[in-house]
Amino acid sequence: MSAASQDVATRNGIFARALIYAVLILFAVYYLLPLYVMVVNSLKPLDEIRQGNMLALPQQWTIAPWLSAWSTAQIGVSPTGLKPYFLNSVMMVVPAVALSTILGALNGYVLTKWRFKGDNIVFGLMLLACFIPFQIVLIPSARILGLTGLAGTITGLVLIHAIYGLGFTTLFFRNYYEAFPTELVRAAQIDGASFFQIFRRILLPSSGPIIVVTVIWQFTNIWNDFLFGSSFSGFNSIPLTVALNNLVNSSTGVKEYNVHFAGAILAALPTLIVYIVSGRYFVRGLMAGAVKG
Amino acid sequence: MSFLKISNLYKNYGQVEILKDINIEIDKGGFLVLVGPSGCGKSTLLNTIAGLEPITSGEISINGNSVAGLHPSKRDIAMVFQSYALYPNMTVAGNIAFGMEIRGVPKDERDKAIKQVSDILQIGHLLDRKPSQLSGGQRQRVAMGRALVRNPQVFLFDEPLSNLDAKLRVDMRTEIKRLHQRMKTTIVYVTHDQIEAMTLASKIAVLKDGTLQQFGTPAEIYNSPANMFVADFMGSPAMNLLTARLENGEGGLNVMLERPGEKPLALPIKNANGVLGGYSGKEIIFGVRPEALTDPDGADRNARSIAEGECLIEVVEPAGSDTFAVTKLGGKEVVARLRADAAIHAGQKTKLAFNLDKAVFFDPKSQLRIA
Repeated sequence: MSAASQDVATRNGIFARALIYAVLILFAVYYLLPLYVMVVNSLKPLDEIRQGNMLALPQQWTIAPWLSAWSTAQIGVSPTGLKPYFLNSVMMVVPAVALSTILGALNGYVLTKWRFKGDNIVFGLMLLACFIPFQIVLIPSARILGLTGLAGTITGLVLIHAIYGLGFTTLFFRNYYEAFPTELVRAAQIDGASFFQIFRRILLPSSGPIIVVTVIWQFTNIWNDFLFGSSFSGFNSIPLTVALNNLVNSSTGVKEYNVHFAGAILAALPTLIVYIVSGRYFVRGLMAGAVKG
Repeated sequence: MSFLKISNLYKNYGQVEILKDINIEIDKGGFLVLVGPSGCGKSTLLNTIAGLEPITSGEISINGNSVAGLHPSKRDIAMVFQSYALYPNMTVAGNIAFGMEIRGVPKDERDKAIKQVSDILQIGHLLDRKPSQLSGGQRQRVAMGRALVRNPQVFLFDEPLSNLDAKLRVDMRTEIKRLHQRMKTTIVYVTHDQIEAMTLASKIAVLKDGTLQQFGTPAEIYNSPANMFVADFMGSPAMNLLTARLENGEGGLNVMLERPGEKPLALPIKNANGVLGGYSGKEIIFGVRPEALTDPDGADRNARSIAEGECLIEVVEPAGSDTFAVTKLGGKEVVARLRADAAIHAGQKTKLAFNLDKAVFFDPKSQLRIA
């Protein structure tokens, strides 16, 4: 009797498991389908796409669309491909991410370990930055950039992105450092460490996980941003997202869908790589052993 | 001249007074223990000595120099935290040497100091490990090493043993005492454990709700508690505090203790002083420690004033080294501490000896000791 019921239970278990996997695979396929279409069509000559079969594998494999998208495609008025704009984006994203992450970490440190009167109000105000829609700050930002002479430059874009990201980075680091044992900071104070020494030697080495989270978040947001890029960039500072739009939405000539697909993948590649590479460094337990046993 | 002196210290958080008029002095090489229940302000007091929290008013001086307002690192103190607070990203050696590194002490000098301290604490084999790879007792040693290496004027310990298991706690307690006897550095030590306080201290400060209840040597605190709180807090099992009447009878003043179903037990006090005489005919609180209430054969032969009385034993608790007996006097349960092999049985009447030399008397209203 009990053996029989165990049998049933096992069979039920297998059935449930099969069902779970079936559903998971279905959803995985569903979400991967757009990527599949993009990759497949970026490797086809234009003629094959025109025949209308989007899901078919290429009959004739080619990387010409990729080369074209990277270096020769017509973007706006010049046939430069996405290459210079890719570099613009890199030059904008790296300093903006670094700046907002470092400042966010410092803010989090001050807001949790050097409490002052009204610190929660300051934090609340900074949080507003997370909720304000981009569009509201466009005109004030344009005015500031104009006054500082940074309008239309990559530096200007870095500044805007760094400031706009500060709300989020501060939130991340504050919440992380809130759980950081204050006794460690006190011990370091007694050891004579200064404000920045404590930050650099005690807090930062234990901040790996939250730095990774912040960098991924900031990198993705700034790299994918279109609004600030299209509003504040000049001729020499157009970021990749805006260039991609110019490539795809060009109203003259033949629509080269295979080149557009390749360009779109190129634009999405860095964020994908950041996810895949830094996701592995989400290490837990860095704090283990700091306090108690 | 006192080495560490705290005078008229007040500490407020907004409207709330955390510490009220604290006055403590301790000589060089002394071992001051701050003891009290949770939330009594003992850790806050330690933090104000360390300079981690500002004081509202008053004065703290170390070796004659006022340290109020000085940065913690300038006070020449070292602190061991309850959670050890070891830097998780540094090795044991790095933890011990961090303070010296910050002060710019050259590497070979640092290594020498690390070696010396790790020899004292026997942690030489752990120097390359990270705190996460250490056991609780080892972390405790490293935390002490980090304090020792500074060779400060005052050591501050914030409940350093409370995270250890019972056996290790006793071992480390002995070790701290040995270390103190060897180094002869002034120590301020916070604990809520009154046994730690008794065993370690040269002076004990008992705190409650931010006020100093009593400040004195362990013997003074134990034998002449200033009030009922101190009497109850120090000692385990706790002192028996019984409501009683003082009456003048044959042989002088008698302590009258109510018993269930019998006439009150009268204990004649042979050497009552005048203050106590003034309470004749009034209610008082009679305090007697369990070890001062024992079987007649086990009573202190040197005591001048011993009174005996028949008591109904309700519960017998053999503890190996002693036997504890519970009886009822003055409407309360009373614990007596008898010899291990005392022949007593629950439900029987037994003669118990009250050592009145060791008894204390409190005013029931003010709760202060009167004799």
